[in-house]
Amino acid sequence: MAGRQRIIVAKPGLDGHDRGAKVVARALRDAGHEVIYTGLRRTPEQIVSSAIDEDASFIGLSSLSGAHSHLFPKVCQLLRASGMNEVIVFGGGIIPEGDRMALYEEGVRAIFGPGTSSKEIVAFIDHASERECGVGASDSWFWQGM
Amino acid sequence: MNAELAQAIPGFGKGCDYLDRRALAKEITAIEEGLLKPDVGQGLIIGITGAPGVGKSCLIDALLHCWTPGLKVAVLAVDPTSPISGGALLGDRIRMTSLDDSERRESIYLRSIATRSASGSTPYIVSDLCSHLLARDFDLVVIETVGAGQAEIRCAAMADRIIVIEGPSRGDGVQAEKAGILELADLVVVNKCDLPGADVVVNQLSMSLDLDIEPPTVVKVSALKGDGIEPLAKTILSLKKRTTSEKARIRERLMIANERRFLESMDFKAAVDSIHGGLSTIESIMESSK
Repeated sequence: MAGRQRIIVAKPGLDGHDRGAKVVARALRDAGHEVIYTGLRRTPEQIVSSAIDEDASFIGLSSLSGAHSHLFPKVCQLLRASGMNEVIVFGGGIIPEGDRMALYEEGVRAIFGPGTSSKEIVAFIDHASERECGVGASDSWFWQGM
Repeated sequence: MNAELAQAIPGFGKGCDYLDRRALAKEITAIEEGLLKPDVGQGLIIGITGAPGVGKSCLIDALLHCWTPGLKVAVLAVDPTSPISGGALLGDRIRMTSLDDSERRESIYLRSIATRSASGSTPYIVSDLCSHLLARDFDLVVIETVGAGQAEIRCAAMADRIIVIEGPSRGDGVQAEKAGILELADLVVVNKCDLPGADVVVNQLSMSLDLDIEPPTVVKVSALKGDGIEPLAKTILSLKKRTTSEKARIRERLMIANERRFLESMDFKAAVDSIHGGLSTIESIMESSK
């Protein structure tokens, strides 16, 4: 297993459903990572500046509001603009299949929908942390399950 | 106000127009990992401690609204590391609305710290981080300890001033008579005064503390409503240290110096695994760490 990571778990946009984000945060904690939970209704700017201050290596975005196609790419773009190219972005929530490819192309490396096991998310973190797949990497890889 | 502050805070007004937050964040990580020696800085270090849920984060946020952008303030918010997995859930950012204010943001650096292998509510590495942040031109570093109980006085080793937060409905009057962190407090703040019972707590604490040689002031605030926060922000900056706590601080410093030497002498996690796996014993680990 790769070492301990610092992971931001964030809820971008106007969405008050954070049960999923809390369960993921808890699973990552139990896998030995340091998870910084930012709370509800954060802007992409706030999420990126938290990642800068906390020296995070991963950002997990949870959205159930339908605004993921706007908010997730915005976070990726802001990270690149801030020179945070090595940060790895993953997402989850209610993300329709048809929206996913566009998010991968923007630099999101995994999308986890309802029913995903916490084991799989932990496996993704372990795998991705050993691969140079930050938002600024030219790698077009994305997680396709265990 | 600046002249007053210059007196209260050694090295105040060092000036810092531009903060490379990313470089600073990486330095903090390197110090935490033991890969970088901290720079030596001077300034004021305030420790804020109290039981879980008593309002430490919320109160610090309210104080940041008063102190910034006039002062440059760094906050080290400590949360516990899981003794089972070694992971941590760091949730102190949630309360920090002052970071969302573009006028204040540049004057604040908030970092969430996990206790990792260290014991107590404030890991020893925090003292290195404070020194480094003060060397990076912060006027003030605030340590928010893990939600802490009566006997938890570790932050006294690192902070120049100790502020203990209390709240209503936290037990009867005997709680205020018990020994521990209250004896080291330079200031006692009863938060949540918008809730019933706050006056009773203030009275009980004042009556008990008045029996001390140098009783700390007890103040009543509501971080949520903003009551009493502005005077509190001023009081903290000119707070006098209780001289009776000096010996206890030295005791804590000695304890952490010992703990640090022990933890740095080995791979602590591997040692725990090895005892758990029956490959060594506590005695053999202690022998090899000498």
